[in-house]
Amino acid sequence: MQEITRDVLVNKASELMSAGTVDRVLGWMRGEFDYDITPAVFSTEEELKNNFVWNDFCGANFSKYLIRETQKSENKVLVFLKPCDTYSFNQLLTEHRFDREKVYAVGIPCNGMVDMTEIKKANEAIKAIEESGDSIVVKTLYDGDVTLDRADVLLERCKNCKSKKHVAYDELIGDDGEIIESARFDEVAKLEKMTADERYAFWQNELSRCIRCNACRDICPACTCEKCVFDNPNSGVENKAPADSFEEKMFHIIRAFHVAGRCTDCGECSRVCPQGIPLHLLNRKFISDINEFYGEYQAGSEVGNRAPIVNYTTEDLEPGEAVGRGGIDA
Amino acid sequence: MQRIGVFVCHCGTNIAGTVDVKAVAEALKFEPGVVVSTDYQYMCSQAGQEMIKEAIIENKLTGIVVCSCSPRMHEATFRKTAAAAGLNPYMVEIANIREQCSWVHKDIPTGTEKAIILGKAAIAKVNLNAPLTPGESPVTKRALVIGGGIAGIQTALDIADAGFPVDIVETKPTIGGKMAQLDKTFPTLDCAACILTPKMVDVATNDKIRIFSYSEVSEVNGFVGNFDVTIKRRARYVKEDICTGCGLCTEKCPQKKVPNEFNLNMDNRRAIYIPFAQAVPKVATIDPESCTMLKTGKCGVCSKVCTVGAIDYNAKDEFITEKYGAIVVATGFNPISMDKFDEYAYSQSKDVITSLELERLMNAAGPTGGTLLRPSDGEHPHTIVFVQCVGSRCDSCAEKGKEYCSKICCMYTAKHAMLIRDKYPDTDVYVFYIDVRTPGKNFDEFYRRAVEEYGVHYIKGMVGKVSPEGGKLKVRASDLIDGKQLNIDADLVVLAAAIEPDKSARPLATMLTASMDTNDFFTEAHPKLRPVESPTAGVYLSGTCQGPKDIPETVSQAGAAASMVIALLCKDKLTGNPCVAHSDEMMCNGCSTCEKVCPYGAITYIDKEFRMPDRTTKVRRVAQVNEAVCQGCGACTVACMSGAMDLKGFTNKQIFAEVDAICK
Repeated sequence: MQEITRDVLVNKASELMSAGTVDRVLGWMRGEFDYDITPAVFSTEEELKNNFVWNDFCGANFSKYLIRETQKSENKVLVFLKPCDTYSFNQLLTEHRFDREKVYAVGIPCNGMVDMTEIKKANEAIKAIEESGDSIVVKTLYDGDVTLDRADVLLERCKNCKSKKHVAYDELIGDDGEIIESARFDEVAKLEKMTADERYAFWQNELSRCIRCNACRDICPACTCEKCVFDNPNSGVENKAPADSFEEKMFHIIRAFHVAGRCTDCGECSRVCPQGIPLHLLNRKFISDINEFYGEYQAGSEVGNRAPIVNYTTEDLEPGEAVGRGGIDA
Repeated sequence: MQRIGVFVCHCGTNIAGTVDVKAVAEALKFEPGVVVSTDYQYMCSQAGQEMIKEAIIENKLTGIVVCSCSPRMHEATFRKTAAAAGLNPYMVEIANIREQCSWVHKDIPTGTEKAIILGKAAIAKVNLNAPLTPGESPVTKRALVIGGGIAGIQTALDIADAGFPVDIVETKPTIGGKMAQLDKTFPTLDCAACILTPKMVDVATNDKIRIFSYSEVSEVNGFVGNFDVTIKRRARYVKEDICTGCGLCTEKCPQKKVPNEFNLNMDNRRAIYIPFAQAVPKVATIDPESCTMLKTGKCGVCSKVCTVGAIDYNAKDEFITEKYGAIVVATGFNPISMDKFDEYAYSQSKDVITSLELERLMNAAGPTGGTLLRPSDGEHPHTIVFVQCVGSRCDSCAEKGKEYCSKICCMYTAKHAMLIRDKYPDTDVYVFYIDVRTPGKNFDEFYRRAVEEYGVHYIKGMVGKVSPEGGKLKVRASDLIDGKQLNIDADLVVLAAAIEPDKSARPLATMLTASMDTNDFFTEAHPKLRPVESPTAGVYLSGTCQGPKDIPETVSQAGAAASMVIALLCKDKLTGNPCVAHSDEMMCNGCSTCEKVCPYGAITYIDKEFRMPDRTTKVRRVAQVNEAVCQGCGACTVACMSGAMDLKGFTNKQIFAEVDAICK
């Protein structure tokens, strides 16, 4: 369960709306099911009261929505940001993607979000889900109520949460947390220990499930191009059907390169992948290499910081020095 | 659709020896767009070029592919040929079937197959080529010379002589470099100072030349014709424009025990000093590491004795930025450290010295006033052993030393041996060598004089060990010709230490984006045909920063570098490269990534109004490229996620087409 209740957020939003600070609110609302939460723009207090949701399934990172939303009106829009969302928020500001003046950001604490895919794996015919403290009660059609330990069914990114600290906000609800020494690079280290052939087989297996739905790209707060190369017939890589077994990897390799140094490791790509491909591992490999080669760097930790890979200094390591380090084969 | 002509060159047997050129021409005939494909013995010859011109006119060609040598060799030639026939020169593509094909393959089938593939890639690219027109950029008519040794001095004098202003940046308090430390010079035995100091004075009095001594280059931006260089002028705590160089302060300074680096620490100087009598600029410098006033705030003697009030204890490092059209690197060399050569007991005995130290010991301005005395006890040495190739010509696998020959040691050792035998005939002089290398005008005669007239004992063989014992140096060596071991009791052992590029060269190369070899010598644009140019346009090489060389060679290279600079500075405009970046505003995100990676500062952003499909307008931040500043490096095109940034002449599409043609 989240420590801040829905009503606190609704009251805060209503208060800002009636004070005229904002005229719209970016928030969450119920989708088809209780656990199927979808982002929404609320423009009246009535809508907020009826439809606003805040629970363990509110994973969506709103930073990217601000690009479109800020262009719609001269008035401010209220956005609720979980700690990890604030990094994407800053990264987008670094890249001049929206006007900070048109946003009122409220930081909210987060206890981690629940991974519905994990719950669905173990339970069939789910009617509803109830949250109670550290447990999740799954109400099913055939097996009755199944109680799960909340910690077991958190999203991967939340199990390996990197920060409970907000790096951007206008106002904070609750107390701010700390940056966490997480074990998020352990999986990367495992991949690095594999031989090239094993690693190829691993990714072949994972990426062969890709159905090219573009969900990972569409949700990614780093993928905000006016026109994506995959939608551009002139790019030569536009929505190609996978003509051979390597083609399907190209999409993910290109995407990983495009977000390298800009990815804040928010984990949205893996959260939304309908095929359960651990896409975040590609990005984390880049992040761990950047950390190793150029010193610790967290994209979005502040506005205007320069990613090492677009910031040449004379102290940069020589290409030859990279060979044999960080799992790169000679 | 393009109408493409393909011209396959034999290059005599250079290409035709390993590539079936007729088969290549035949195979490429059927590629898309190709209307004519032919081969010829020497495409770059007059007849070959005429053939291309005729083919262009006759077949109304819109693009050509020449399968020949590296584009670095003849791309310019064939562009001119195309232009002469009325074709835009940027409609020419070169398929390098020599360096990248015939020279690296041994059998004809492999060579031919690869040549055809390279030809196909070039055809695929030219199919997407568009005519381009170069812009122009102005030239700043001022040169920068980095390093004030004989190389830098000569380059600066020659450039100034042509009427262009030159700045010399020198890290030491004075110009003069290593040559100022030498005693006599081979093969004429004239005194180094006698021939160098007039040149130093010429530099000082030349109104076209400015000397930034005690300074270093800290930042380089821009490109050929338009470099912006930031120079750090280190605080010397003496006002350069006021100091008369009278030297009173250097006599009165109470801090007397500072090792004198000009005499290679064999005697002491004061904390305020002028390196040597003929220093240019003749201005005192305070060494902040040793000055009591600067360290503790108590002393101030120099300030009291200075009659003109030139001392300024509050001086700070200053940074000045200046524009230059050309940059000459003349950073010189140093002898390598003898730390790893302890078999010669360099660290154990003061009487084991390097050749440069010997120069100071024999120099009239040196620590002994020019009388050759042992550093340990001040006695005349009677047996002197010279060891050649200390750290030169080492095995590549050896952890110490350099693989290359330092080139100057054979000659200066012959000089030393001869001078010693001439001045002190009772001295026995032995020279242990691997080979004696004396090519050069009057060089071998000089060496033979040392052996034949002066009775220097030249022994082929290496010294194995030197051990100090009872005031003597026991030298154990082998005589390879007589096949025996030698034991010599020497009074002085002189090591011909290998030379290496100055440590400042590598960071400088990074700033200049000039390339270096594995030994940190600067690389030439072409080892034979462009020996004084670096591959970076507008950056030239002078002296030992490019490789070991003696004074005559250094001076001739310095002159050559100067002539290249003069040729550049004579131009009012430089024709630019039309292969520059441009941004597709409809796709640009305005994210600033390209601006961050652009090494030339060619990219700026504007807020631009766009009409949207629904008749609304939208203001977006988009990138704009200054084509005069862009150097076409392409960094922005790879950094741009959306592909909005593209490089004319090397578009993403063209590159993909080439790759596709190769992989097909």
